[in-house]
Amino acid sequence: MSLDLSASFVKRFAGGPQIQAEDLRTSGPGSISVLFGASGSGKTTVLRCLAGLERPEEGNIVFGDETWFDLRAQRFLPPQKRGIGFVPQDYALFPHLSVAHNVGYGLSWINKAERQRRVKETMRWLGLDGLGNRHPAELSGGQKQRVALARALICRPRLLLLDEPLSALDGPTRLRLRGDLRHLLKQLGIPTLLVTHERTEALALGDQLVVMDGGRMVQRGPVHEVFSRPANLAVASIVAIETVQPGRVLESGEGLVKIQVGQRSLVSLNPPMATSSDVYVCIRAEDVILIKGPASRTSSRNCLSAKVNRLTSEGPVVRIDLDCGFPLAALLTKQACEELALRPGEDVTALIKAPQIHLIER
Amino acid sequence: MSTLLVLPVGLALAWCLARLQWRAKALLETVVTLPLVLPPVVTGLALLKLFGGRGPIGRWLHEVFGWDVIFTWRAVVIALGVMSLPLLVWAGRTAFEEVDRAYEQTARTLGAGEWRIFFTITLPLARRGICGGTLLAFARALGEFGATIMVAGNIPGQTTTLSVAIYQYVQLGEDAHAWVLAALSAMIAFAAVLVASRYLARRQKR
Repeated sequence: MSLDLSASFVKRFAGGPQIQAEDLRTSGPGSISVLFGASGSGKTTVLRCLAGLERPEEGNIVFGDETWFDLRAQRFLPPQKRGIGFVPQDYALFPHLSVAHNVGYGLSWINKAERQRRVKETMRWLGLDGLGNRHPAELSGGQKQRVALARALICRPRLLLLDEPLSALDGPTRLRLRGDLRHLLKQLGIPTLLVTHERTEALALGDQLVVMDGGRMVQRGPVHEVFSRPANLAVASIVAIETVQPGRVLESGEGLVKIQVGQRSLVSLNPPMATSSDVYVCIRAEDVILIKGPASRTSSRNCLSAKVNRLTSEGPVVRIDLDCGFPLAALLTKQACEELALRPGEDVTALIKAPQIHLIER
Repeated sequence: MSTLLVLPVGLALAWCLARLQWRAKALLETVVTLPLVLPPVVTGLALLKLFGGRGPIGRWLHEVFGWDVIFTWRAVVIALGVMSLPLLVWAGRTAFEEVDRAYEQTARTLGAGEWRIFFTITLPLARRGICGGTLLAFARALGEFGATIMVAGNIPGQTTTLSVAIYQYVQLGEDAHAWVLAALSAMIAFAAVLVASRYLARRQKR
């Protein structure tokens, strides 16, 4: 039987913010749900309530057929009895204990030989062989992360809670471990809930996404859908959609909506909307295609002549700020950018497919 | 001996002050700290009244256990304990407060009970501060004079502490004896500091 979490609760802080979780769920073994939002949006508090480290003021938390918290029934299951794996931000490895003792900490109730066998097995599985006698201070960031995971996983938790699992790592390590972590979580076969404020991490790790803002859950759904189709302006800004412009509906029909933005008109694949209603037009930078010269034959419904304003290198990609009557951002790989030989002041054509233009009602 | 006795009491108090939030906290804090700021003779007088044959605690002890406190070795232990407690509690409290709660909370999610967390996580991580506090408490006990003389008097072989004995010998003009005892107390103090600093240094390397 698959065990899933289902939680709705309110946590209040004296004189401070109110954190509200509405119908938060995990979706089956191996599923990875991401709580996403800026720092201070209440993600960590939600995780701590689920772990039993904070007691909510209202609502309930149910896991499978177990009630972890229920205000009306006066029930609060302490963290010790929840059978969870919790990895806090910065990992909180016990600094005075060796790696092996850290990993084995949760197994104190079984005999020593069996414990050592399982510690060894878990450490081998996570690639920590031979580090058993070290102390946490002698480990690299990536090793610390794996020790923290090993320590949580050795207890065979039924639910894994990870708070910013990658934020304590330096850049290159973070990129490398992102893929490893997703692979590992998929292998485990238990639901995972993780907290992050990094867009790329949410995209790389998550299946389901819950966006938090100001202590509330403002949107949820599959990661890619939420990122490309934010429900409102606030979410659009949290998921950092590069181009958000006010526009007005000119006409709509046959699944297509024609919008006026500045002096230009765009076509979006969208359910019909009332003519001359005000909207916001959202375009992800990676969905903008650039070509030199005028467009000849293309399947794109939107061909906009534009002028290159500025090129900003962002690691392997280049962000290009364009002016096509309204400001538009595009994202190209470094290589593509060189092949096009783009320079500021140059004229290009920007292509955007109709399904990739998302509209939010104003 | 009084240092050993006061250790668990002091640690328990320190933990309560560091980790729990309750209404009587400020009051307890004040009572525990009083012996540090009051003249020792005043503390001694208070103890004398409390533990005396007609004092509330003294009478209770006499009735239930048949123990007399005042002017016995028990009075010495209690006086030294009360006098050194604040140093231990303050040091212990600071040490406990410096232990990051994330460690204790993570241990909780790993299924560890509160006692196990205290002995395997909190206490080891607060170890240095507690060692320092214990040393201070011991030093205080070694040099304590005022409160002891009030409640325990100076009965040779029973309630004479080093400091009291030194004072007595000087009063009697037996300076040689006083010097011997002074040297003895210096040696004990020296040994205590040496042991403590070596212990701390060794732990620090890890």
